[in-house]
Amino acid sequence: MSETTPLEDPNLAIQPPLDNPVMSFLRQERMPHIWCPGCGIGTTVNCFTRALTDAGVGLDRLAIVSGIGCTGRVAGYLNLDSFHTTHGRAIPFATGLKLARPELEVVVYSGDGDLFAIGGNHFLHAARRNQDLMVVCVNNFTYGMTGGQLAPTTPEGASQTTAPFGNFEAPMSLPYIAEAAGAVFVARWTVYHVRQLARTFKEAFRRKGFRFIEILAPCPTLFLRRNRLGDGVDGVRVYKERSVIRDGADTRTIGLGMEGEIVVGTFVDRPRPTWLEAMDAYYQKVFGDRYRPVGGGSHVEG
Amino acid sequence: MTADPRGVLTGVHFLDGDHAACEGALAAGCRFVAGYPITPSTEVVERFAGRIPLVGGVFIQMEDELAASIAILGAAWGGQKVMTVTSGPGLSLMMEHLGFAAITETPCVFIDVQRGGPSTGLPTLPAQADMMQVKWGSHGDYQVIALCPSSPQECFDLTIRAFNLAETWRAPVFVMMDEVVGHMTEKVVIPEASAIEVVERRWTSKAPGQYRPYEPTPDGVPEMVRAGDGYRIHITGLTHDERGYPAMNPQHQDRLIRRLNDKIRKAGEALVDVREDQCEGAEVLVVSYGITSRVASAAVRSAREKGIRVGHARLVIAWPFPRDRIRALASGVRGVVVPELNLGQMVQEVERSIPAGVPVLPVDHAGGTVHDPDAILQRILEAAR
Repeated sequence: MSETTPLEDPNLAIQPPLDNPVMSFLRQERMPHIWCPGCGIGTTVNCFTRALTDAGVGLDRLAIVSGIGCTGRVAGYLNLDSFHTTHGRAIPFATGLKLARPELEVVVYSGDGDLFAIGGNHFLHAARRNQDLMVVCVNNFTYGMTGGQLAPTTPEGASQTTAPFGNFEAPMSLPYIAEAAGAVFVARWTVYHVRQLARTFKEAFRRKGFRFIEILAPCPTLFLRRNRLGDGVDGVRVYKERSVIRDGADTRTIGLGMEGEIVVGTFVDRPRPTWLEAMDAYYQKVFGDRYRPVGGGSHVEG
Repeated sequence: MTADPRGVLTGVHFLDGDHAACEGALAAGCRFVAGYPITPSTEVVERFAGRIPLVGGVFIQMEDELAASIAILGAAWGGQKVMTVTSGPGLSLMMEHLGFAAITETPCVFIDVQRGGPSTGLPTLPAQADMMQVKWGSHGDYQVIALCPSSPQECFDLTIRAFNLAETWRAPVFVMMDEVVGHMTEKVVIPEASAIEVVERRWTSKAPGQYRPYEPTPDGVPEMVRAGDGYRIHITGLTHDERGYPAMNPQHQDRLIRRLNDKIRKAGEALVDVREDQCEGAEVLVVSYGITSRVASAAVRSAREKGIRVGHARLVIAWPFPRDRIRALASGVRGVVVPELNLGQMVQEVERSIPAGVPVLPVDHAGGTVHDPDAILQRILEAAR
């Protein structure tokens, strides 16, 4: 494998700006990334890294966990402790990581198929338990990595390779599920809303508990093209035109279709004790001084 | 180093195998267990849930076995010694994370209290029919280490050993119990913490920047770090290079997968534990493991009373299979008798290990109870003829 990266290649006609603030967060030796031109995932990563700078998150104490899929590759490109796990299981891996070392800030960054189809059960229970995780879902309405199959978020009527005559299933509304399952913070933006998204990441970093951020992102190669919706720019234009910011919106009313409003904003913001806080408080009541909280000498001193 | 006394319940106890295995895990330093209820294994995690608040650690009951088997891997990368516990149907669900543990070289212990299968099978009754599943059940080429206790005392002792082996080899280690061993109650002696040897994780002494997560040491096992210490590691289930970065081509596949397998296959005597009883000069060899060893012992005694020279080899470590040792023991015998609570699993390993021409006589059993010792005796007599 070449150790020099394309970004350092002097023969490239257009040199990327080396002072891009995102660069220091990336594993530059892993560039170029696998994402297609016009894909929205990279934009979400830009916003995420902006929030890391603004929120002053200690990068050595931040771990990122992804599942499988296009968004599942985010973990591999960020220069953090990063884990690319199995399909659908980023949340339970992150749960173990966080509980083993509670001083870590653990972010799960994955796609709609990974988090809500194969991994849906884990999402429900981690939200119910209020595990102290920030869960970021890039929703592109399709299975990108495997070639454009039906996802649990695919809008009714949309064509997919495994729904070649159009989707007749009802899609999931992710914020509604997150709220119902017990998430303490629920927001949705699109990749058009880069400033709002960065700000929401920052707000989420300042909270504890199960925080969920859905980001709508175009998949030009497999979703837009198949449905004759244009390229990545067209996708973002649609987000701009159809989006309505409505903080505190009733999550029962914000499902997504091929047409109609895309309601964005922060819908839920309600603190409650995390799983670990609840356990500590409960066992302190039961056992008093005899209780040994997690980390009470059980960690290996590194 | 020796055990942390906080986890060690020193004394003489009357425990079943499930409870004894839990005490073994605590003594070994296990401070994170994720589980999902399943008969006949649940008592292990029930006891852990009751013990851990005063020891210091976490028990979490997850939503299924997929979650339990990867939560422990997350916790291992958070620095803890970790375990999950299950039985047949749950084990089937855990297969994906067995592979993830193998390719990411995450130290972890799985306790499998075997019951009759396939599918829901016999939830409350014994079998030894998962022996091949743990070796071959996850896709791809990988190796596991599997230990077979035959008593509650061994459930304690071998669970400690399982943790030590997991740390030494950075590989998934199985404690292959069964319903009878799990639920039989016997005397269990738990020594002083200072008398219990525990193996620490192979922490690197290298600084961030110098450290490469998958650079092997001379025995093929890389050093480890945990998340949060500034090393900025990347860990993936994809085929990876020594930096941990995806490297999906035949060259890296060959290098990585051969190393993962060879570190176990070439461990030699370190991973051989065959308990031999009068094998020298034997005319018949009995090879057994787990609960079936105890039933086989009765048959061996009866055969010896009839004047037959029977050797009994008990596999304490079933995987990696002690091929060379079994071949040596089987040289010159008239037959090898292999009783097991399945329709023929480890007997296949015996068959392909021993010299040509030595007959192998399986004593199979579909599970649900242990063998009738007489069934084993009859095969020994047959082999001796």
